[in-house]
Amino acid sequence: MKVTIDADLCQGQGRCFSIAPNLFGFDELGNGVVIGDGILTEGTLEQARLAQSNCPEHAIFIEEDR
Amino acid sequence: MPDGEPVVDFATDWDHTDPQWVNNPYPIWEDLRERCPVAHTERYGGGWFPTTHDAVSRIANDTDHFTSRLVVVTKNKFPPNSPPAPVGPAPPITSDPPFHQIARRLLLPAFAPGPINALEPQIRALCNKHLDAQRGRDVIDAGSDYAQFIPPGVIAHMLGFPPEDDEKFREFVHLVLDLIDLEPEIRGPMFEPMAEYFTKQIEDHIANPRDDLTSFLLNVEVNGSKLAPEHVRGSMVLILVAGIDTTWSAIGSSIWHLATHPDDLARLVNEPDLMPLAVEEFLRFYAPVTMARLVREDYEFDGCPMKKDDWILLGFPAANRDPEAFDDADTFIIDRAVNRHAAFGLGIHRCVGSNLARLELRVALEEFTKRYQKFELDESSGVTWAPGQVRGPRHVPLRVA
Repeated sequence: MKVTIDADLCQGQGRCFSIAPNLFGFDELGNGVVIGDGILTEGTLEQARLAQSNCPEHAIFIEEDR
Repeated sequence: MPDGEPVVDFATDWDHTDPQWVNNPYPIWEDLRERCPVAHTERYGGGWFPTTHDAVSRIANDTDHFTSRLVVVTKNKFPPNSPPAPVGPAPPITSDPPFHQIARRLLLPAFAPGPINALEPQIRALCNKHLDAQRGRDVIDAGSDYAQFIPPGVIAHMLGFPPEDDEKFREFVHLVLDLIDLEPEIRGPMFEPMAEYFTKQIEDHIANPRDDLTSFLLNVEVNGSKLAPEHVRGSMVLILVAGIDTTWSAIGSSIWHLATHPDDLARLVNEPDLMPLAVEEFLRFYAPVTMARLVREDYEFDGCPMKKDDWILLGFPAANRDPEAFDDADTFIIDRAVNRHAAFGLGIHRCVGSNLARLELRVALEEFTKRYQKFELDESSGVTWAPGQVRGPRHVPLRVA
């Protein structure tokens, strides 16, 4: 599973990097960025989902394994 | 109904300066959400008020049909000497694409988490300075003795304005955001002292450039050219006005909530780790800011025949109470984990200062609840709420001992 941020949707609301600072950081404009490759483990999936469900712009996507 | 008359039916004649709305807008919005859900008024030259999260979100994200040329509803849709779209009088909040992105990118780095988080010790010291001044008192006013001082101090520092001018800043904010019901010929000349003040600050920064946002805006180049003087001035006015009573209102509303909900106060004092969740719930439940748009050309939105230059009052605080978007929307849940609130707006105009506002709100509440673990509203004097598009309590009298 992998988490991504759609840069066209992200407006820098700042919720993801506050909720899950180990998964998300921010760029020089304050927009959210995924740290590293965004691959989620059992331990981090829950946090990614929480960040996703708090993003006002619906900019976070979680690609489930098929 | 003529302007200034009491409102009988907010669905067809809303007025956000009506005392009922100012004192407690939430039941009005709930009623409108069920009945309309986009309310109309002939006041202010005509306008609409969407009350659902869905409608607010769609309009906020639709810059084709709605312009940000003016974002504060007044009786004057065409103020003299006001730059037209896509620039508007206070870039980037009054700007439309594509100019909006240029003006916004200039400001974003200064308000990104890195530089903003560096201000935390300074904000904490400012909070404690004003708390120290209350020592020995049994009754304090969390609005006029505390909340109103925090944001002006920080914004003065960022713009490089004298912090002791904070009373002036509050007068400017009052003029721009509160005195919206005045006739244009009365209101217009009232802007002169504010214009003179900004001229003085700009001249001082040209003579003595320094490391602050004013010098930055005066010197920054876009495609090899400096910004137009009215752009520099407009952005400075925006930062000052948007940075002050918004956060002051959020701090005041949050303390008012804690004063009237002892269980929430006790939980926050006993579980300080709840603060980040509590801050988001304060922002959802008491979102202070409502922003306006203007309809670009005649347009039918959800069956509403909107006319060119009609106002849209974008009720982000109403969106935050929409039961379609939030479980138990009208209940304050201090540890609400899923909270996709729209307190800082939605779309390309997301509040540039949101990182700063959150930091100020969190630190102001942390220091206040460290100093006073128990307090309650002093019922002998009243709480007064600011009218207009930024809602918050001006006076929050508290019994602290």
